[in-house]
Amino acid sequence: MNYHLNHLKELEAESIFIMREVAAQFENPVLMFSGGKDSILMVHLAHKAFFPARIPFPLLHIDTGHNFDETIQFRDELVERLGAKLIVGSVQEAIDSGMVTEEKGVNASRNGLQTGVLLESLEKGKYDAALGGARRDEEKARAKERFFSHRDEFGQWDPKNQRPELWNLFNGKHHIGEHFRVFPISNWTELDVWQYLAMEEVPLPSLYFAHKRPVFNRDGVLLADSEFIMKKDGEEIYEETVRCRTIGDMTCTGVWKSEAATVEDIIQEIATTRMTERGGRTDDKRSETSMEDRKKKGYF
Amino acid sequence: MHNLDNSELLRFTTAGSVDDGKSTLIGRMLYDSKSIYQDQYDAVAAASERRGEEEVNLALLTDGLKSEREQGITIDVAYRYFSTPKRKFIIADTPGHIQYTRNMVTGASTANVALVLVDARNGVVEQTKRHAIIASLLQIPHLVVCINKMDLVDYAQDAYDNVQNEFEKFAAKLDVNDVHFIPISALKGDNVVKRSDKTPWYDGPTLMYYLENVHIASDHNFIDTRFPVQFVVRPNTDEYHDYRGYAGRVAGGIMKKGDRVTLLPSGFSTNINKIVGADGEQDEAFPPQSVTILLDEDFDLSRGDMIVRENNQPTVTQDLELMVCWFDREKPLQPRGKYTIMHTTKSARCVIKEVRYKLDINTLHRNENDQQIGMNDIARVVIRTTSPMFIDSYRKNRITGSLIFVDEGTNNTVGAGMII
Repeated sequence: MNYHLNHLKELEAESIFIMREVAAQFENPVLMFSGGKDSILMVHLAHKAFFPARIPFPLLHIDTGHNFDETIQFRDELVERLGAKLIVGSVQEAIDSGMVTEEKGVNASRNGLQTGVLLESLEKGKYDAALGGARRDEEKARAKERFFSHRDEFGQWDPKNQRPELWNLFNGKHHIGEHFRVFPISNWTELDVWQYLAMEEVPLPSLYFAHKRPVFNRDGVLLADSEFIMKKDGEEIYEETVRCRTIGDMTCTGVWKSEAATVEDIIQEIATTRMTERGGRTDDKRSETSMEDRKKKGYF
Repeated sequence: MHNLDNSELLRFTTAGSVDDGKSTLIGRMLYDSKSIYQDQYDAVAAASERRGEEEVNLALLTDGLKSEREQGITIDVAYRYFSTPKRKFIIADTPGHIQYTRNMVTGASTANVALVLVDARNGVVEQTKRHAIIASLLQIPHLVVCINKMDLVDYAQDAYDNVQNEFEKFAAKLDVNDVHFIPISALKGDNVVKRSDKTPWYDGPTLMYYLENVHIASDHNFIDTRFPVQFVVRPNTDEYHDYRGYAGRVAGGIMKKGDRVTLLPSGFSTNINKIVGADGEQDEAFPPQSVTILLDEDFDLSRGDMIVRENNQPTVTQDLELMVCWFDREKPLQPRGKYTIMHTTKSARCVIKEVRYKLDINTLHRNENDQQIGMNDIARVVIRTTSPMFIDSYRKNRITGSLIFVDEGTNNTVGAGMII
């Protein structure tokens, strides 16, 4: 026998190790679930890591209220199938209670409001570790992120004062009130995720595959038409065959012209594309360091 | 589509300073393997223009944080990814200056290959030696000396030969087995991905060919069975009522169903009943797989314990001798100080018994009189732990031979140790 793992099995082994390390080192972890492919992958890996036991932490969804319908339906079915526990942090409720204030204007998005609701949800649940599906290849500030990322009592990230991570040793020690963000799929690229999801035949939301949808063009990014986005003068709605490369809040997630109808088509498309997957995220385009700035405050 | 069965993961580290062409080399590899996207390139081009630079500065691709871009330096380990049909690569890109030794050590800890960049005009300098010493200390299995900027010395074989001779003389004092020398120009692309016609005297591989083909399958230890128990899986359901699975990552050796094993620290022996992997039951497990082991009889076994072979056991001891790299910028290593240590899945406390010497990482000189071990220093240290540890030498196994020090007040990771 050849004692050799292909790169996907090695990434899988690494991610499972990290998830078990979280279950062992923390009292009360939670898995942040957005409904996108990365968090679906996370749930799939968590299921494997603890099989035949159930996933030993609940899923936390920060719901902006501006979701694609398909996302919520898929989420509820997944939770049902795994017998997992779901906790929802609602941005709408936070707006109604006056905890956060809704942005105004045509580019208004609830993306930034998620941070406050997330931190509030983590505090309320007394979670000491929040597992997330962020990857280092996504964005330049994320390329410097640790697997175990320390957050102070205000939920802030201090990129200049991160704990060194060596070998297989992950230090999750913390004071009361502090928590960790943990990123088990740090080393996966977008292509790895798709190749693995194809290999494992993991069910995915229909949004990732080409479908017809009313869209409009804003500053070079195609956005799905919805009641949540105010249109500017001259922005025309038309029908287009598109798919999502990332799934987030409807107000800031671009859609892509694409004919990719299967996971194999998607892998082909990614292998030849010249744009990053977050290239359609208007939340990243607000400034050169918008991800870094949001992360420091406690964003995903 | 990639042939997934043969596609291995290779981790390599690069260390270097702003002007030795490291960023250009990484940019070249990312660009030539089509791992830079158009919008990334556009963003970097726009940023270069804002900074008033004439050309598109590819170094900006690898500088992530605001303060790094302001200062034009890398202050942390940055991870980069690219793949070719043969392999997926993870680059741990670390700054090369002496004040970032701790970052180099961090990047080196998981690497299969170290790239050491040498400017062909300057030859082997202090920084080259430092990088090689760190690669040797951290036991990176393969070392590639890239003799860069060959275009600036007219691709002269002399420059290449000089570096090779100088380096080999120096490396004789080190613990490195597999060293390659490749003449390149990262700027012009010579011998990086494409073979150069300007170096006809060089008949070795290009850098990319080397990275795609270097034999890394035996970088793990497949001889000495070591399975640190990470987590006990207990479903507590009717279907799996008495199920006790010992989850963990194989740190060494090949474990087979039916193998006679010994449990540490209890010393009891039993057989492996079942191995459950990511895809269900499997007959064998090997590093670096994450699996769950079920035993014929259930003894008291929990996180921090270890499953080994009866006739091949690690050293069980409370007295450890280590090479330590210190990370803490606030406090130097405290003689007689107490720290928490994390080793495999086990934590314990320790006291620093003795500092034997401080190592000058530019010259390998051992200074026995210098007991002041501050950030970025490397020293040989003796510690005693509160409970017995199950250890191997770092040379034998990078997983069971390594540990980290945690400050008991701040909880920060303040040092890394390699067991001698």
